[in-house]
Amino acid sequence: MATQHSRSAARLMMAPAVVLLLAWMLVPLTMTLWFSFKQYLPLRGGDLGWVGFENYVRFVTSSAFWPSVQATLIIVGGVLAITVVFGVLLAMLLDQPFWGQGIVRILVIAPFFVMPTVSALVWKNMFMDPVNGLFAHLWRAFGADPVSWLSEASLFSIVLIVSWQWLPFATLILLTAIQSLDSEQLEAAEMDGAPSLSRFWHIILPHLSRAITVVILIQTIFLLSIFAEIFVTTQGSFGTRTLTYLIFQRVLESQNVGLGSAGGVYAIILANIVAIFLMRIVGKNLDA
Amino acid sequence: MGRITLDKVTKSFGEAEVIPPLDLTIEDGEFAVFVGPSGCGKSTLLRLIAGLEDVSSGQIRIDGQDATETPPAKRGLAMVFQSYALYPHMSVRKNIAFPLRMAKLDQAEIDRRVTGAADVLNLTDYLDRRPGQLSGGQRQRVAIGRAIVREPAAFLFDEPLSNLDAALRVGMRLEISELHKRLQTTMIYVTHDQVEAMTMADKIVVLRAGHIEQVGSPLELYRTPRNLFVAGFIGSPRMNFIEGETAARHDAHTIGVRPEHIAVSQTEGEWSGVVGVSEHLGSDTFFHIHDTGLAETITVRADGEVGFRHGDRIRLSPRTDAIHRFDKQGLRIG
Ligand SMILES: Nc1ncnc2c1ncn2[C@@H]1O[C@H](COP(=O)(O)OP(=O)(O)OP(=O)(O)O)[C@@H](O)[C@H]1O
Ligand SMILES: [Mg+2]
Repeated sequence: MATQHSRSAARLMMAPAVVLLLAWMLVPLTMTLWFSFKQYLPLRGGDLGWVGFENYVRFVTSSAFWPSVQATLIIVGGVLAITVVFGVLLAMLLDQPFWGQGIVRILVIAPFFVMPTVSALVWKNMFMDPVNGLFAHLWRAFGADPVSWLSEASLFSIVLIVSWQWLPFATLILLTAIQSLDSEQLEAAEMDGAPSLSRFWHIILPHLSRAITVVILIQTIFLLSIFAEIFVTTQGSFGTRTLTYLIFQRVLESQNVGLGSAGGVYAIILANIVAIFLMRIVGKNLDA
Repeated sequence: MGRITLDKVTKSFGEAEVIPPLDLTIEDGEFAVFVGPSGCGKSTLLRLIAGLEDVSSGQIRIDGQDATETPPAKRGLAMVFQSYALYPHMSVRKNIAFPLRMAKLDQAEIDRRVTGAADVLNLTDYLDRRPGQLSGGQRQRVAIGRAIVREPAAFLFDEPLSNLDAALRVGMRLEISELHKRLQTTMIYVTHDQVEAMTMADKIVVLRAGHIEQVGSPLELYRTPRNLFVAGFIGSPRMNFIEGETAARHDAHTIGVRPEHIAVSQTEGEWSGVVGVSEHLGSDTFFHIHDTGLAETITVRADGEVGFRHGDRIRLSPRTDAIHRFDKQGLRIG
């Protein structure tokens, strides 16, 4: 019963929250835009005035730019592939009745609650250390030379660490989706002569498609900005400098705020393109 | 061909024995209906025949072949589920074609059969829609279509009409009966609606707690129910049961008279009582009679024009040749 009166009252009451939210988003955004058009070197002369689009041009023409886009895509794509494939498998496994189900489900979700910095450190020091890591011991037990994971297979290592963190999220969403599948549909397919692989392909996977899209959408947005995992492991060396990390280096290591801000604006545009693209897919999926 | 034989089949879920040893034969081409109250094991029995549940012991034979261990897909049976279980992401055409694709038939044959089934079931205009865009009755027909294209040895229906409204239910009931007449294929049909059971069945199987109480044609069950349970279950409204002195006069522990076998009159009749609620259906009127001294209420059927009022004292006379007699154990006498 939204009368004229109650609607304006509602607007009035929501106003503080909306204003706060706008300020929260708009202030940093405006500042980023502002600095991106300036030559601003805090330790080397400070604000050196307006430079137009020079920062934008320099950011994309620097030799580090395309490799960083590539690294970002590899990490995001790799993590998405691993979490979706294993998420579906794990979800189907966890959907089966077995003893100790409750505990196992909680354990599976646990990695999601570990802070990225902590989990990256644990992986770096306990598993991937070429001298004392568990993998090194394992390799030596088989007589092989330990791999220095973070330098020899750096991208793969980071994909592995990040996947470990995000797999629980994917599993959880896919598990609830699997649980909502009408068991009579599977039984009907069984009677229709579909062997288990066909049932997976024709019934379970289409049923999961919406959940998979949601997983991909949400993860992409978060994965584009992973930082801690790179910071505590490779510090951006060995080809693991992503776009986010490049911006960080421009601002803090090179102390070039203007250049970094221009990179930030590119990142905003990129994230929005991804978001629009994925929203379309989800929207189409939700209509069907 | 589709002769299905159950030989001492039992089913337990953990401790709970849902189906005690059970023998049953369904002849080729027969329309068999399983009826019984909720939870009596009708669905379980059907799923055992389909192979969706494993029997705990006993043997299931299809056309004389032991099928106890055969997986569902190999039994040559098709099932129509209560929820229809259509595949929501496939068009109607793909739904109906699914079992044929799984059987790896060639595309021309698939198209021919799908078109044929759509023709029979009036689905031709809907072939490219998704199940979500169909009405309940249309979905039901798609589910039946998916079953008939396989040309199965027998159809299994688990309460296929219970999600439809009354008018549609009557229509679909006729369509399924029609289909059976045309295909002459064995059908096993689960319902708890005894009108469906009476109107569609060649053979009714009345179940209670996994036991078969009686097997027979609808009229056999109506005329000679073997015990009190069947007598009370078949027929609507329910049969009136009278115990005590009146029953003793007929050399029985309990006697049963159907509402349609009691005549009402203002003046003449063996029993008397006071009219309570009357249900006017137009063609018929059902009176609930109290204070008869026989049972709490006696239900009688009268012509739609008979107009007794609430509180009228009237007289009832049962048709003597339509009195069912039961002994102390509830079994039929004579
Ligand atoms: N998977 C199962 N595990 C344990 N008990 C079950 C299972 N399936 C059915 N039962 C039990 O078996 C009994 C028979 O169930 P069934 O579904 O066959 O009844 P029904 O006759 O089809 O009833 P309705 O008319 O309500 O559909 C019920 O008491 C039910 O609780
Ligand atoms: Mg049932």
